[in-house]
Amino acid sequence: MTSALGKDLLDLESLSPDQIRLVLDTSVPFKEISERAIKKVPALRGQTIVNLFFEASTRTRISFEFAEKRLSADTVSIASSGSSVQKGETLVDTARNLEAMRIDMVVIRHGASGAARFLADRIESNVINAGDGTHEHPTQGLLDMLTLRDHFGSLEGLRVCIVGDVLHSRVARSNIWGLRKMGAEVAVCGPKSLLPRAIDEFGVTVFPRVEEAIEWAQALNVLRLQLERMTAGYIPSLREYNRVFGVTRERLDRAKREVLILHPGPMNRGVEIDSDVADGPHSVILNQVTNGVAVRMAVLYLLAGGKPELAEAAKGASGGDR
Amino acid sequence: MAEEIVELNDGTDDLIVVGIQRRGVQLADRIVRTIFEREKTKVPRGALDITLYRDDLQTVGPRPVVGPTDLPWNLDGKRVVIVDDVLYTGRTVRAALDELADFGRPSRVSLAVLVDRGGRELPIHADIVGKKLSIEAGDRVDVLVEELDGRDAVVVVRGAHT
Repeated sequence: MTSALGKDLLDLESLSPDQIRLVLDTSVPFKEISERAIKKVPALRGQTIVNLFFEASTRTRISFEFAEKRLSADTVSIASSGSSVQKGETLVDTARNLEAMRIDMVVIRHGASGAARFLADRIESNVINAGDGTHEHPTQGLLDMLTLRDHFGSLEGLRVCIVGDVLHSRVARSNIWGLRKMGAEVAVCGPKSLLPRAIDEFGVTVFPRVEEAIEWAQALNVLRLQLERMTAGYIPSLREYNRVFGVTRERLDRAKREVLILHPGPMNRGVEIDSDVADGPHSVILNQVTNGVAVRMAVLYLLAGGKPELAEAAKGASGGDR
Repeated sequence: MAEEIVELNDGTDDLIVVGIQRRGVQLADRIVRTIFEREKTKVPRGALDITLYRDDLQTVGPRPVVGPTDLPWNLDGKRVVIVDDVLYTGRTVRAALDELADFGRPSRVSLAVLVDRGGRELPIHADIVGKKLSIEAGDRVDVLVEELDGRDAVVVVRGAHT
């Protein structure tokens, strides 16, 4: 029982360019549904989806909930605080108990890298990774790619630089995997202390100075400085970070061409990005949020549909009007 | 067919022609063009993709393709004509009616199809039919349109399963 994406969506590393293209193409018609007066289609009627959020999230959780509701699925969202996780129940026990109540899909956000795969290997339901530790955040990578494709028409040969805290960023990893598979050129830029030591193995260019990155790139994906994941000593101070690596109006004005600005949110205004850049004419930060709902609808739809063995059985019904 | 549509709806006031993706859209375009040539009024043309309203999502194969829906109007009080290429089981039309209801409450909905091949599984009938054919259940009727297929034709494929 596998769809075009397989049973789960855990990362972009294991998807083929063809599968990524399918998700992006399927997202396009889903955008229109959110523009309707009645923002709902019956595609996932009767499916039960559980959103398991073991880490704080506004955007991603609400975006998944909207996507699920607009496809008519029944949903519940569980945060770790206030659930039996606080009483010491393990992840797998929580999920198995949910499965005993007959659910169809689990969307999971977890602080541990690999948590989504760990769960997917142990339960029958489809699992969607909504961010696991510093590993991947595949739907964010997909919505970033959709936003870039909307603007530039194609990802092939596109020069995208990821700026900032690459070390702690699952968004960076999903972007690097996804964009490179789709033929884009990817660079990273940030203080050495916030780049993974094995960054060379990702096949990306490294810019030590943000001015060079801006000069090279057609689009910047500015990452949030993940203060909550930093134990100590990564950067001298927020002010100094802004002075050296901040994406500022002044720096962008010096570039030869316009640079598109993306940010996965939530923003630290005045740290990694200045307000007049975030709210400026070349910012597509809110387009990313809009696209997020469409991309998640596409992923849910593709994972729920297309069970080949049932398709075989249904082949009897033929003709232009099925 | 264009003439019958205008006649059935007492003119072109409040008329909207909606094609079902994919071949129904090209046919709807042609109907709008013909109405324009004869009546000199431009009737709006919408498009409906019913994939998300199907009753068989679980069975549509591993790569369900979703096409664009384009209905940027409130349909309250409008006279809507649904256009499709082939009418067979009636399930597509059932889905189209469900989807239309999410865009408003038309004063009248009618159905125009190029080919009615019989074999209905639901109580649905077309108001306007280009050609009635009696086709065996195992056979398939393909409508080809120049815009997508390079030529206009209705082809009956014997013993074909989709």
